[in-house]
Amino acid sequence: MHPAKSVIFFTTASGAGYGLIVWLAMAALLNLLPLEAFFACVAFGLAFVLIIGGLLASTFHLGHPERAWRAMSQWRSSWLSREGLAAVLSFAPMGLLALYWLWPEQALLGQISGAMAWGSIIMALLTVFFTAMIYASLKTIPAWHSKMTVVGYLVLALMSGAMLMALLTMLWGYDGAGLFSIIALVFVLLGLGVKLLYWARLAGKKITSTAGSATGLADFGAVTLVESPHSTDNYLLEEMGFKIARKHAAKLRKIAVLFGFLTPILLLGLAIMLENSSLQIVLLFAGVMLGGIGLVVERWLFFAEAKHVVTLYYGEHAI
Amino acid sequence: MTSLPKNKPKKKLGLVIDLDICVGCHACAVNCKEWNAGGHSAPLTDIDPYGAKPKGVWFNRIHTFEAVHEETGRSRTVHFPKSCLHCDDAPCVTVCPTGASYKREEDGIVLVNADTCIGCKLCSWACPYGAREYDEDEGVMKKCTLCVDRIYNENLPESSRAPACVTTCPAGARHFGDLGDPSSTVSKIVAKRGGVDLMPEQGTRPVNKYLPPRLKNIDKQKDQSAPRMLTHQDDSSDGAGLLARWVDKLLS
Ligand code: SF4
Ligand code: SF4
Ligand code: SF4
Repeated sequence: MHPAKSVIFFTTASGAGYGLIVWLAMAALLNLLPLEAFFACVAFGLAFVLIIGGLLASTFHLGHPERAWRAMSQWRSSWLSREGLAAVLSFAPMGLLALYWLWPEQALLGQISGAMAWGSIIMALLTVFFTAMIYASLKTIPAWHSKMTVVGYLVLALMSGAMLMALLTMLWGYDGAGLFSIIALVFVLLGLGVKLLYWARLAGKKITSTAGSATGLADFGAVTLVESPHSTDNYLLEEMGFKIARKHAAKLRKIAVLFGFLTPILLLGLAIMLENSSLQIVLLFAGVMLGGIGLVVERWLFFAEAKHVVTLYYGEHAI
Repeated sequence: MTSLPKNKPKKKLGLVIDLDICVGCHACAVNCKEWNAGGHSAPLTDIDPYGAKPKGVWFNRIHTFEAVHEETGRSRTVHFPKSCLHCDDAPCVTVCPTGASYKREEDGIVLVNADTCIGCKLCSWACPYGAREYDEDEGVMKKCTLCVDRIYNENLPESSRAPACVTTCPAGARHFGDLGDPSSTVSKIVAKRGGVDLMPEQGTRPVNKYLPPRLKNIDKQKDQSAPRMLTHQDDSSDGAGLLARWVDKLLS
């Protein structure tokens, strides 16, 4: 599949934003952090920028962005519609939770804060789950058609959110910073495990469709395309015929693992062991930045490595 | 509503494509383009049509495949037209977030409403057959309409109320009819010729069927080596008739 920049940015950025919201809401529920307005502005601000930036990027990639609101109408059948609806609805609890953090003394906000925290957690996770289901539900792309896709999206969102949370709490010198660094470390380890399992599944996956089944000619022998219907690339080939050389894929996987997981593990580990807070901030900042690069490479590969069965009509033999 | 119709369409209009007969002339693709460039989903935009890399919207495309039998080594060239199969369980319809993609209850035709499509392209990802075509210029998805604006068109003479690709095929390789009715001509042809679904493992239950090439005499013979060939440097006149031997004598 063609790795579109807008979709890569949308899924990584909004994933990190929703992940951050989950940890902020947890902190509110468990009273882990003092409720300071400046922190609330920066933390919720960052989460909203990531989420809204991602949503806007994905909207601009539409043929008719001005009609995007229509996408919320088919939630009964379409995962994309559910995602759009959940993304919009989630702003209600998330926004109220942010307000509570800004004005904790406001009685009404205080009363509903627990419900809003739970609402934020549920809606954030639900939105990421729906995003993942858009991909996981497609039978035409066997690489994605698996629970591993869903687990991967959820774990990586919580992982990138936890890394941001660790950095922010460390910047404010909160007591909870140590706990969030440990949570981040645990989720980076989980993320690495999930990604390795995803790639292992890809390597051992059984063949779904063949040029023989695509043409109904399997009984006549091995089927090969001898002439394409058109002499230049069409929409289908541009969108779904993206091919990445195996050796590049192997290299990029290494880069994704190194930047996305191994470096953050090392930096988080060091930060947890050290006592010096400015050094810890530098380590966590580096972890967030390098981890971000790793996750973008991971998401690029998620698309580039996935093959669509329509390519069986354009020269592939088995997918 | 992009859920599939609650009452499964009884009438299932569709095409039956005979891979034994198709000669790969692309006439159906050209006439499809010609009709639809002014029809329900018009225009079918072309980008850079006279340039080095032309591309554009076509609802019907003709691929050519070769099947080589593993044991006998016999090869067969098959021309393979492909357009929307108007699937019973159309995944392109259920993924659509806007309701622009829909399957008609009255005849099973799958269409796109260009006024509500947002051009998210997800339906093209969900279709296993590459039957959806994105119009970059208009920012919406388009596809084969089964010539819905021809088959019911009372301004056309009755004999022309069939899809453009079917009426134009010079070899008679395309049939149109109701595949939901077992007594229709198309259903009978499918039953007789063992018509198949493309990629049945994708679970889309296509309405369109493909008739596999017929077995040739040679396929039925035990000895599948190439037919006898004459050697062209034959100097002997043995076995020739009287007259031929006499001419041979005269000339040599
Ligand atoms: S062939 Fe593709 S576009 Fe046509 S109904 Fe089936 S899934 Fe949809
Ligand atoms: S491109 Fe249009 S028809 Fe296709 S899924 Fe998106 S909104 Fe629906
Ligand atoms: S039925 Fe009409 S729109 Fe569909 S391939 Fe044939 S000519 Fe084209």
